[in-house]
Formats: sequence, structure tokens, C-alpha cells
Amino acid sequence: MAGVNLENIVKRFGAVEVIRGLNLNIPDGSFTALLGASGCGKSTLLRMIAGLEETTDGTIRIGETDVTHELPAKRGVAMVFQSYALYPHLTVEQNICFSLSLAGVSKAEQKTHAARVSKLLQLDQLLDRRPAQLSGGQRQRVAIGRALVRDPKVFLFDEPLSNLDALLRVQMRLELAKLHQELGTTMVYVTHDQVEAMTLADQIVVLEKGVIQQVGSPLTLYNAPINRYVAGFIGSPAMNFLAGDASLGGTPLSIQLQGGGTVQAKVNAQPTQPNVEVGIRPEHVRIVAPGAGHLPGTVSVIEQLGNTSYVYLDTPAGPMIVEADPTQSHPAGSQVGLDLDMAHLHVFDQSGRSLSVTV
Amino acid sequence: MTSPAILPERGMGDRISAAFWRRPRLLLILLLTPPVLWLGIVYLGSLAALLLQSFYSIDEFSGVVKQEFTLKTYAELFRAQNLDIILRTLLMAILVTLTSAVIAFPIAYFAARFAKGRWKAVFYLGVMLPLWSSYLVKVYAWKLILAREGILTWIADHVGGGPLLARALDEQWFGGSSLSTSPLGTFIVFVYIWMPYMILPMQAALERVPVSMLEASSDLGASRAQTFRTVVFPLALPGIIAGSIFTFSLTLGDYIIPQIIGNSARFIGLAVYQFQGTAGNVPLAAAFAMVPILIMLVYLWIAKRMGAFDAL
Ligand SMILES: Nc1ncnc2c1ncn2[C@@H]1O[C@H](COP(=O)(O)OP(=O)(O)OP(=O)(O)O)[C@@H](O)[C@H]1O
Ligand SMILES: [Mg+2]
Repeated sequence: MAGVNLENIVKRFGAVEVIRGLNLNIPDGSFTALLGASGCGKSTLLRMIAGLEETTDGTIRIGETDVTHELPAKRGVAMVFQSYALYPHLTVEQNICFSLSLAGVSKAEQKTHAARVSKLLQLDQLLDRRPAQLSGGQRQRVAIGRALVRDPKVFLFDEPLSNLDALLRVQMRLELAKLHQELGTTMVYVTHDQVEAMTLADQIVVLEKGVIQQVGSPLTLYNAPINRYVAGFIGSPAMNFLAGDASLGGTPLSIQLQGGGTVQAKVNAQPTQPNVEVGIRPEHVRIVAPGAGHLPGTVSVIEQLGNTSYVYLDTPAGPMIVEADPTQSHPAGSQVGLDLDMAHLHVFDQSGRSLSVTV
Repeated sequence: MTSPAILPERGMGDRISAAFWRRPRLLLILLLTPPVLWLGIVYLGSLAALLLQSFYSIDEFSGVVKQEFTLKTYAELFRAQNLDIILRTLLMAILVTLTSAVIAFPIAYFAARFAKGRWKAVFYLGVMLPLWSSYLVKVYAWKLILAREGILTWIADHVGGGPLLARALDEQWFGGSSLSTSPLGTFIVFVYIWMPYMILPMQAALERVPVSMLEASSDLGASRAQTFRTVVFPLALPGIIAGSIFTFSLTLGDYIIPQIIGNSARFIGLAVYQFQGTAGNVPLAAAFAMVPILIMLVYLWIAKRMGAFDAL
């Protein structure tokens, strides 16, 4: 077992810089999720750790060893591919034992390993099948088994669940979490699904355009995003952003919402310009009688989920989503007031930096 | 004013397509009948007629075909001079196929893995261009290339390969007075002429191997050679088999190249041509024609037993 340390790593494809001087420490035994929008460089970063992509500049360490220019096989990592990359001409057992047979391990020993791994992943009944005869979830498990049997220092997953349907994804997510608890091996997990990242990871890395925006525990990222990008990316439904005018210099900062009342926000830094954005999560807004609260709003759509409901509103400060009591009905077009919970405001200056958290 | 969601029927075409839509089987039958008829009657039918002919025999005195079932004609195949033809053809087909496979693989591999955009076009053109010109023109061109005064001899002399070529031509079982009159020449021309049929299926098979499978194998600890042996080759095998079916069966059946290039030793194709033509022995020609078919069936059966099609 080992952690992974990335130091000033850079990746260029020709003239295009995809990863730009990135520093990251992945502690031993952690489950780290690389989260970001499509094309931000998550896969590239993971493939650099795996050694499938040449590193243009910088140092990659696994444990104490510098592996920057080491061959993939020598790094002690095992990758699970998004497309599974199972060998169609081999049975499940042969797929799982692929690395062992390459290493010249005896047939009997291979069998023991295959038995151990397949038991863990509930594949014992399927060992003689070929990948084409398996369901998506089973293939996924074989791909994990193939990585597992190598006893790697670090597991690398590239969007392993994205080819599965919603139900199976939730199930496999649980199984991955269990696997991590049982093995305790470092896992690096690429996803663009923030729910996956939030539920699985103990450390989330938010990437945008090859630059790390924030690293932290799921709750840190949720409660204390350091910029507007992270605030908007983490959380579903996303945080609301309202335009406002701050009166500079005061603590707490008093902000006049566009077309609404004034809110007081605790801040750790002062904006340089009066126009700021106030961020607030859907669960921290209450729907009140028209005229009351901090903002007027008009209901446009309501989504009923049974245990809760999401009300979409238009306000003078911008569109909003509010989590509301499902027993209350808010017909479309009705006028309401919105009361913001001032303990949970995030204030962002013009550059998108959060003024609410200390960095 | 709303526009109608259902448009009025416009003429014959609409009515026919509506009828097909209501009875999709009708359309299927209409579409399938011509090709099935073609395949069933013209193609398989002629094959059946051939099979039937091969069980007839010829009356040695009158030269008339006796339409009675007999295995006599097949037995004739085992006469020394006929067996000789079969074995010579088989050996040639095997050598041509193996050589084509060895030469084609790197070309196909390069085209599938590395050639992009313009280079891919160059590859396709380069492989297919020879197919666009007449087969006879190519064979006669090769006759000139391989002639004693031809460019190949000239090049060999200039790079100091003259003695080597002379040694090769001295060799009893494939030599001759010049390349164009030796079995070696026949072999070279066969390899050249059938090469595209080997490259294209191979390239298609290699192209279907996802990059992630190669990456996975290097991630799992395989050296390049191991990746090739355990991943690339098995996955390309169906393409190699497909290509070899072409080169193998085309060599087995060809009757023009051995006539123009080589030492006039007979091959199966030539034997079929002569027996059904000048000799008028259609049953023996038919029996000869069945040989490549049987060989191919055995070949495919072995390939399947060895798991060549598992990756399909
Ligand atoms: N071989 C390559 N040559 C040139 N550019 C590349 C190459 N591979 C990736 N890129 C570019 O690098 C950027 C990051 O790609 P990457 O595959 O890492 O994205 P990603 O974050 O994994 O996205 P996704 O969520 O869609 O998988 C993209 O803009 C992509 O176009
Ligand atoms: Mg990706």
C-alpha cells in the first residue's frame, strides 16, 4: 500500500496544455475522487499516474518511489477502464488471471487466486463464461477482479460506473465502498458525477481545465467551497447565485439583493468592488408569504419527489431552486416571498473567489 | 387554425409504402426473393451440379459421360500424376498464404494502429490500386520483371545478389532457367496478386481491437511481445483466417498464373480447365474442383477447433 504524490506535473499534447503544473497528495489508504466537467483532464491525470500517458514535466511518486518515467507494469498500480477492456477471447477466469499467467504463476496458484477474488466479487458462478455472456455489472466486476488479483498498491478507476444503468450504478457504488473498507488500499477514482464522488470519496479533487480548484473532504467542499466554480459544481440541485450590491467595509457584510431586501453575511475578506454574488443552497431558503422574506419570487415549475419537492422560481436577482415541504402546494405562476437563512450564505467577489471561507 | 397532424395520402407511392408498413413481411419477402433465388439456384445450384458431375465417370473408349453414380472418378484423383497436381497446388497455396500473412501483418498493423487521415487514404489507395488494373496486365508485367533480362535480375546483379539468385534458380524443386520460368516466380506472383486480400481483412480485424485492451495489458504487466502474443494476435486471428481463406482458395483455384509464369507444371485450376475443355472429361474436372472445397472445409473446421473465432 502506498499513497500517491504529484509534484508540478504538466501534460501537453503538442501545443495544448491539458494539465498545468498540478500538485496533489493522495494519502495512503484514501479514496480520492477526481471530479470535473467533461474534458477537464481527469482521465489524462489518471492515465499519467498509471503510466499510460507520458508525463511532460514534473514528478509522480507512488509511496517513496519516483515512477514518473516508469513502465505501467512496474508501478504497482492497477487500472479499471471505463470500457472494462476485458478480453473477449478469454473466459472470466482467464481474464482475472491474465496478469498472473503473464508473470508465469502456476495454474494451481492461479486457480486459488481466481477463487478468492471471484468470491469477493460474487463471480464464482461465472468463471467459465466469456465476457460477451455477462451483463454490464458482471463485466464491471470482472474488470475490478482483474485489477484486484494483482494486489496493487493503488487502484485507479476511470469512470467505472458510467456504462451502467442508474439502479446498478447505485449498487456497484455500495460494493466499491465496501471493497475499499475491506482492502484499505488507496483508490483514485475519476468521475464527473458529483453524487458518486460525494458518496464514495474521503477526499475530492475538483478539476477545471487542468487546474485544481479545491481539494477536501466531501463536506468541506459542500459547506465551504472556495470559489464559485466549486460551489456550483458540488451539490444537486446546484447552489443558487443571486446578484447583489455590497456596502464595502462592514462586518458582517451587508448586501442589497437585486430587486429585494438586504442580507447580512459573515465574511473573512472584503470585496474590492460592490457587485458581488450571494450563493445559497436550495435547502437554506424558505418559502414565505408574498411580501415577506428577502426576495419576491414567481413559481415556474415544481418537482415533486415525495420526500421533498424542488420549487423553481424566478426572482429579480436571478432564477432560484428552493427545497420545499412536499405537502405544501405552490401552483405555477403564484407569487411568494423567499426567506434566506443568513447563517448559510456564501459571498463571491467578481473573480469568483469566495469571501466566506478562510483559505 | 391548426394544420392537420395526419397528412392526406398522396398518390400511389404513399399507398404502397402504407401497405408495406402494415405488412412488413411482404416487404421483407420482396426484398429477399431475388438474392435468395440467386444464391439458391445460380450459386448453390451450380455447386450441386458440380458435385453431381463428380460422381459420374467417363467411358474411356467412347469419351461419353456415363450418368451413373460411381466413385471411380474420385479414385482417379489418387493416380500419381493427379495426386502430384493436388499436392503441388496445396503446397503452393500453403506457402503463398503463410508468406502473405507474414508480409501483410506489419502493413495491416501499421495501417490500423498508426495511420491517420491522409496516411490512411494513402494506405487504402496503395493496397487497392493494384486491384483496379487488369489481372492479366499485372501477370504479364511480372513476366517481364522476372525475365532473365528483367529488372529483378538486373537489380540482383547490381547489388551483388546475382550469385544468390543463380543458386536459387539451380535449386531443383523450385528453380528454373530464369525466375519467370521457375516455380519460385509463380510463387512470387501469387503472393503479389493476392496480397490485398490478406491485408484488408487483417487490417479490419486489427482496427477493431480497442486501444484500451492494449493499455490494459501493459497495465497488467505484459511486455510488448506478450501483449502481441496474448492480445493482439488472438483478436486479429479471425481477420487472418479470413485473409488466408482468400489467398488459400484463390491460389488453389487459379489457372492463369501457372500458365504464364513458371515451368508449366500443372495446378488444380489448370487441370480443371484442361479436363473440362480439351480433354472433355467433365467428371474428373468436377472431382478436381471439389478438392479445394474439401480442403477449405477441413481448414475452417481446424481453425474453429483451435478457437480462431472465439473473439467474434
Ligand atoms: N491524445 C490526445 N491528443 C490531444 N489532445 C488530447 C488527447 N487526449 C486528450 N486530449 C485533450 O485533453 C483534454 C482532457 O482530456 P481528458 O480525456 O483527460 O478529459 P476528461 O476530463 O477525462 O473528460 P471526460 O469526462 O469526457 O472523460 C481534452 O480537452 C482532450 O481534448
Ligand atoms: Mg475521461
